[in-house]
Amino acid sequence: MIWNEPMETMSRDEMINLQNNRLKDMVTRVYHNVEFYRKKMQSLGIEPGDINTIEDLVKLPFTTKKDLRDNYPFGLFAVPKSEIIRLHASSGTTGKPTVVAYTRKDINTFAEVVARALCCAGGTKNDIIQIAYGYGLFTGGLGIHYGSEKLGATVVPISGGNTSKQLTLMKDFGTTILACTPSYALYLSEAMVDAGIDAKELPLRIGIFGAEPWSQEMRMKIEEGLNITAHDIYGLSEIIGPGVACSCEHHSGLHIAEDHFIPEILNPDTLAPVDAGIAGELTFTTITKEAMPLIRYRTRDLSKLTYDKCECGRTNVRMSKILGRSDDMLIIRGVNVFPSQVESVLLDIPEAKPHYMLIVDRQGTMDTLEIQVEIDDRYFSDEMAQLEHIRKKIKQKVESILGISVIISLVEHKTLKRSEGKAQRVIDKRKI
Amino acid sequence: MIIKQLSVFLQNELGRLEEATDVIYKNNINITALSIAETAEYGILRMIVSDTDKAAEALKECDFSIKITDVICIEVPDNSGELHKILRKLSDNGINLSYMYGYSKSGKAPLILKVSDPKKAIEVLE
Repeated sequence: MIWNEPMETMSRDEMINLQNNRLKDMVTRVYHNVEFYRKKMQSLGIEPGDINTIEDLVKLPFTTKKDLRDNYPFGLFAVPKSEIIRLHASSGTTGKPTVVAYTRKDINTFAEVVARALCCAGGTKNDIIQIAYGYGLFTGGLGIHYGSEKLGATVVPISGGNTSKQLTLMKDFGTTILACTPSYALYLSEAMVDAGIDAKELPLRIGIFGAEPWSQEMRMKIEEGLNITAHDIYGLSEIIGPGVACSCEHHSGLHIAEDHFIPEILNPDTLAPVDAGIAGELTFTTITKEAMPLIRYRTRDLSKLTYDKCECGRTNVRMSKILGRSDDMLIIRGVNVFPSQVESVLLDIPEAKPHYMLIVDRQGTMDTLEIQVEIDDRYFSDEMAQLEHIRKKIKQKVESILGISVIISLVEHKTLKRSEGKAQRVIDKRKI
Repeated sequence: MIIKQLSVFLQNELGRLEEATDVIYKNNINITALSIAETAEYGILRMIVSDTDKAAEALKECDFSIKITDVICIEVPDNSGELHKILRKLSDNGINLSYMYGYSKSGKAPLILKVSDPKKAIEVLE
């Protein structure tokens, strides 16, 4: 079933026409209401009148995560604060979160695109959706929640964690759709075996998984373990949250809600747009958002686009599964981690040298992050209690910034590899 | 008496201890007492050596993290209850013991103790 046929099956000409009009309107709004964009456009010598079609997108400036940080917390809002009904935030590199805002219309748009995604994955109003994404500042939980209600499904807002309860409710309520991160889905499938529950006897049939990269192999493993069809949902809070795109029953890419978000793929080196089918950095321009429209937001995710009509009947452009990152961001247990965050913490701790190595691994289904830290020579102690005190201090500070638990290993000074140029700070042993 | 102890930070890696003892051997230094404290990731090698400063210098040159600390060395008769007497005296005088190591041979037992107040400990014990 297609949730919004007019929007999801229109011809390419109609879509371009709609995007042209919405783009012009959005550019005019941000030019007049957001100082940051007005100044950027003025410095490039362009005015709203210069933007008439999506062909003109290339004239517009990019927006990066750094721009969001520099304008923390409310600098990019395009409406008066009285019009904003919700804030969400994600972790940032300096400990300060990235803030995003929604007007009532934006919240409706969010619910609309999530409802489309759920429908695209095969969900209907007869489903019982167990939402095991975290609820709170993270857009995952509440985003899927509102979309599920719009779809008319029965929502079980259990949030993340508490695995035994997840399994009990899944069994007792007869959950048919599970929404969570792929790694947690895999963990649940293993916990199910341990609990003596046979997935084949459960009514669970669909999985909506996102917020971290996962491979085709992992999809097959989850599908087998939970006896379901697993779908890839894509999104990021800066654009709206989950629901920017989702895979359909043909599993050949993710349909983008391009009547709201115009995608571009850029050559990572030149930042020039590339043709369909060529991989590069995925960039979005939000054309309907009111509270915080973003122009050419660089996601740093690598993907490619195809405009071919899908067998499911949708005509929306499809993006490939995320192929990787164009920066050093890691996604660990659904949380964004930048090596520079670790660095900023270590610079604040005199006992530790700012030399470190991040080792990401997957034990069973859970991601682990080990941080090797060089201890400053001057603080070496012959007493174990002292060294353990230093280790705990580093652990606490790092965890409070990253928001996930880490393993701190103290290593001898001058033993971690130094390099000239771009430092190799990360060893990712996960096979995804 | 109060003596100097040399400690070396060692990451838990095959052959790392041997690299440290190699430096000591090549500098003609004799190790007279030794203990190792270990965790899963690292260890602390604590030694009494024939020339502490020379050993420290040599290890530093090879990029080892080292530390020289005052510890006390006492010799007690190799009889049941002798260690207990010492620990009793320390605690009665409010002296904290961090760690110790020792052995017994030929009726005598030399002990190395890391205490919160080495001077006071010597006064109390000798």
